Amino acid sequence: MEFVNYFGAVFEPVAFMLLLGGTIGGLILGATPGLSPTMAVALLIPFTFHLTPVQGLILLGAAYTATVAGGAVSAILLKIPGAPANIATALDGFEMAKKGEGARALQMSFLASGVGGIVGVMLLIFLTPVLAQWALAFGPSHLFWLAILGVTVIGSLDTKSTIKGLLSGALGIWLSTIGYDDIQGAQRFVFHDALTGGINIIAALIGLFAIPQVLEMLTQGRTPRKISVIEVRPNKVLHSVREMFSNLKPLGLGTVFGSIIGLIPGVGGQIAGLVAYDQSKKWSSRPEKYGTGHPEGVVAAESANNAMVGPSLVPLLTLAIPGSPTAAVLLGGLLIHGIFPGPMLFTNYPDVAWTFINSMLIGQILMVLFGLYVASLAARVARIPTPILASAVLILAVFGSYSVQQSMGDVYVMLALGVGMYFLERFGFSAAPLVLGLILGPIAENNFLQGSMIADATVGRTHYFLSGTLNLVLIGLVIASVAFSFWSTMGPRARRARTAEVQT
Amino acid sequence: MSQMSTAKRLQHLAPNVIVTALAAIVTWISFTQEPAGAYLFPRLISVFMLVLALWSLARAVLGISRVGTGLSAETALNLAPGVALILIYVFWAAKTLGFYTASTAAFLLLFTIYDPTPITSVRGWIKRIVISAAFMAVIYALFTLLLKVQMPRGLYL
Repeated sequence: MEFVNYFGAVFEPVAFMLLLGGTIGGLILGATPGLSPTMAVALLIPFTFHLTPVQGLILLGAAYTATVAGGAVSAILLKIPGAPANIATALDGFEMAKKGEGARALQMSFLASGVGGIVGVMLLIFLTPVLAQWALAFGPSHLFWLAILGVTVIGSLDTKSTIKGLLSGALGIWLSTIGYDDIQGAQRFVFHDALTGGINIIAALIGLFAIPQVLEMLTQGRTPRKISVIEVRPNKVLHSVREMFSNLKPLGLGTVFGSIIGLIPGVGGQIAGLVAYDQSKKWSSRPEKYGTGHPEGVVAAESANNAMVGPSLVPLLTLAIPGSPTAAVLLGGLLIHGIFPGPMLFTNYPDVAWTFINSMLIGQILMVLFGLYVASLAARVARIPTPILASAVLILAVFGSYSVQQSMGDVYVMLALGVGMYFLERFGFSAAPLVLGLILGPIAENNFLQGSMIADATVGRTHYFLSGTLNLVLIGLVIASVAFSFWSTMGPRARRARTAEVQT
Repeated sequence: MSQMSTAKRLQHLAPNVIVTALAAIVTWISFTQEPAGAYLFPRLISVFMLVLALWSLARAVLGISRVGTGLSAETALNLAPGVALILIYVFWAAKTLGFYTASTAAFLLLFTIYDPTPITSVRGWIKRIVISAAFMAVIYALFTLLLKVQMPRGLYL
């Protein structure tokens, strides 16, 4: 119960103001279609440079929580999910809004998000120290395989093509080797002056997540997005509270599935929301009502996508393996403040770790309070024209990446990666494994070299890296994640390809 | 119909060719450059990358994999002015004209190019100028006044 000692730090004036600002700002950003939680957190990192590590993480954590929940606003009122995590919410939420129950759907979504989110953070609180203790036994070979596992899991699960996902991950690891190598100090793959110091992770994150979204917005050209404006009639909050607690089954299922899925690296909110929605439909006494504006669908989806947030940080804080793209961006935020997560985090920086986790718990409560009352305001934000959004995100991306090291080189790298990623994404490559490769590359390389030195002096490399129970378990997981991905995509994909062939 | 299919196949081939070429260059550098110790890990990764790239290329050549939406002519035409503007803004204007001048111009121009309001509309121009100026004022307050970041000055601010 060590975490209780650090609640006070969350309520210090600056920290609490940042928590409030991050929550309200996150709700607004989340409600804005085209701004994903990952991109919102990446764009916020430059603003944390002048804050203490704790304050910076409080801001980023609050934004992460609130953007996921805020995405429900545009999903419900416009049928445009604010983030992939809100896709399932749109199925019933928009139908409720069409019937004039927009406010009811919004209130239920924020309440369900709050319940799911609080349970998720509680899991983070109780699981993280246990796992961190266990992870203390990890040596260089285990950490090497763990880093590879992180990349392969995301590479094989978060993409439409397993091969292209793994290729994106390998590309990311290679990008991480650009610049000086840590052991010999030799320059590697420096094709341009801007790459001399390697690729700055924050500039890369901003470029890879913000620029493709800017370009995607521009693909609409001068044709405005067609938005059906739905009137939000007032609804009593207490009525929604009572109603939500009468939907305990979808709430429980959403929370449980969201929490479990959150723990699996790379699976993310989109799958959490859809799986919980599907399971809730299967367990429901009225499954035929799903998709017609049934509150159970909103409750299941929203409780799941917020329940996923806390557990998705467990592998990040204990093993330095980000479980989701947004967690990868948070890792960037930690590294920029000189804090390296992993087994020693709770020993070396207990104040930072626990205050951050506690702030996420308080953030969930604030998110519900503000979500209930600013939902109708956020609906207006959701209608911001895309040319304004695209221009604003572009300028923020340029200023943000420049301010990292006050270097134009970072801006060039940010833009080159962003534009390149946009075109690659249109052909089935994915940014998430590339980012994870970029972040986990140095961890993999350092542990590989360290392990190699130990191996050369003792049992030899093959024996050191390929034997021992833990190594074999991790290698097995790497193979299983890739094999599962091939198995689950090849069948349907082959069928789709055959159908496409017939159509053309 | 078959021409369109060939065009699509060629389009899906292009990114795979680029990535394979990159993987080949990286692998060649990893095996030829000194000091060899510094390239130990890149060697491991580049071989893995090259194998995957060749595999992906082979699938694209055989037309097995067409993942992703590709790039239609309409999308490319819509994107072209925006991409050109962004490249000019970052690679030339930001340093030559100064960060704030170039950014204000980039915001206004990008907004204007993609704004559905007719270009001849006076109200449209007033709206665009006011929003651009207000946004840049917020950026100035955030980065220069609050975060104290020194932005490059060019001919103008």
